[in-house]
Amino acid sequence: MTTVLNNQFLVRIMRRLGASLFVLAVFAAPAVAQDAAQGAAADIAPASETAEIVFNTLLFLICGMVVMFMAAGFCMLETGLVRSKNAATICLKNISLFSIAGLMVWLTGYNLIYGVEAGGLLGKFGWWSADDGNILETGYAASSDWYFQMVFVATAASIVSGTLAERIKLWPFLIFTALLTGIIYPIQASWEWGGGYLDARWGFSDFAGSTLVHATGGWAALAGAFVLGPRDGRFEGGRSTPMPGSNLPLATLGTFILWLGWFGFNGGSQLALGTVEDAISVANVIVNTNMAACGGVITAVLMTSFIYKKIDLTIVLNGAIGGLVAITAEPLAPAVWQAVVIGAVGGVIVTVAVPLLDRFRIDDVVGAIPAHLLCGIWGTLVVPWTNGDASLVGQLVGVVMNAAFVFSTSLAIWVMLRYSIGIRIKPEEERTGLDKSELGLEAYPEFAGR
Amino acid sequence: MKYVIAVVKPQKLDDVRAAVADLGVAGMTVSDVRGYGRQKGHTEVYRGAEYTVDFLPKVKIEIAVADDAADAVVNAIRNAANSNTIGDGKIFVLDLENAVRVRTGEQDVNAL
Repeated sequence: MTTVLNNQFLVRIMRRLGASLFVLAVFAAPAVAQDAAQGAAADIAPASETAEIVFNTLLFLICGMVVMFMAAGFCMLETGLVRSKNAATICLKNISLFSIAGLMVWLTGYNLIYGVEAGGLLGKFGWWSADDGNILETGYAASSDWYFQMVFVATAASIVSGTLAERIKLWPFLIFTALLTGIIYPIQASWEWGGGYLDARWGFSDFAGSTLVHATGGWAALAGAFVLGPRDGRFEGGRSTPMPGSNLPLATLGTFILWLGWFGFNGGSQLALGTVEDAISVANVIVNTNMAACGGVITAVLMTSFIYKKIDLTIVLNGAIGGLVAITAEPLAPAVWQAVVIGAVGGVIVTVAVPLLDRFRIDDVVGAIPAHLLCGIWGTLVVPWTNGDASLVGQLVGVVMNAAFVFSTSLAIWVMLRYSIGIRIKPEEERTGLDKSELGLEAYPEFAGR
Repeated sequence: MKYVIAVVKPQKLDDVRAAVADLGVAGMTVSDVRGYGRQKGHTEVYRGAEYTVDFLPKVKIEIAVADDAADAVVNAIRNAANSNTIGDGKIFVLDLENAVRVRTGEQDVNAL
């Protein structure tokens, strides 16, 4: 009797073991499938040179258009998170900064990024014009690359706008935007993407710009927030007084648009779609990008519900952005679970940093500093975990150089603007709202202002 | 005539309307208002920081009725708006001097 029981017990254990092995196999399967696909790719006939150029160009153009729409995402996110008396001004700032970025990348930006010598620090000044003379070498239409780089610069400028909302004068903001997009961003981007100092000397690795785009925007925003000061009444009497956003559905729509835009941002940063390997890489990048955002959202949901007993929607929105920013430095190498973890930590950073900034009396209206700056640094430093070609030292040097250059130049410009034309609106105008004082209109004229 | 002003919770508006319509009340005026009473405000959390909302949203219902209907209307409003929790609102009854129907010029109870 006992032996029979024992036998049954053994059989059960064997079954359990079998099941676990099966589960393991399922988890391992994607890796195996990926290897198989890359193995198979070797057997597939290569595309013609024409096809390769067409597909590379198409990747730049289509992903560039998707990234362009992030400008709309930032605009809606920021509009939703400011009070209704400042909503129209935020819209004007966003459409203006996108246009300024376009002009500046044409005038100086592109050649500063790509005119740099190998290992150099400063590119060439001079405007860009399309040169398709060596299209067989580059593998894409010159204008498609210019367009793709331009929308990235605009993204960095959008980050600044949200932090400084509700109290900054329009003109100094636009002047700063021109200097950021025409000079500051291009110079630091050239160190890596132009093959300059960070790329040649330190092997710095930043796939789509956790540091080069997002931390750059974040440092510029932080410098601005220091010089500009918090909104009137935000930290009065030693405590933090929230100023709830006017339209959370709009803020949520903006976040979804940004999430969508990120597929172009990271997917397009593969920079090529002319081979089977590239196609596989772009697809993997897009999946990892999505999973990091999922991780950021879920940790923010769990953490805010645990800390505040109720879930904080706007921090959850920041969590999505934080996850996306974190995966941007290396969206290709991580396995899916690693992408989830990288994004999830982004969600933690955002949840902790939003009230922490309040503690330091830094008024960041939309949470751009936690999401873009801190998660950008995190994403950059964690690259060596999944990408063996990167080193922690190299990543650190990149982060520090970017910080030192962008923060100091931004700070200098903000201080100069403050003591020349002034950057802050009058207290009275702040009370009535920028829409009336800067634009002379109201975003929602049919509703009485409060 | 009496002028009945009731300030109640917004979600009770439909119940109040149905209850007084059953009594044959021919019209009412409703406005969205904010205010506080014994309930005071309440606290909300935005981006990790608590803040107090001093004025809570309510609806103000105004009904003009004949003298003999006033008590029934007040009771109907009270029953419909009551959730037996703080913040259910208040009902005020005023003497009403006159009423005029704009289209016909009818006066007093005939204008209601």
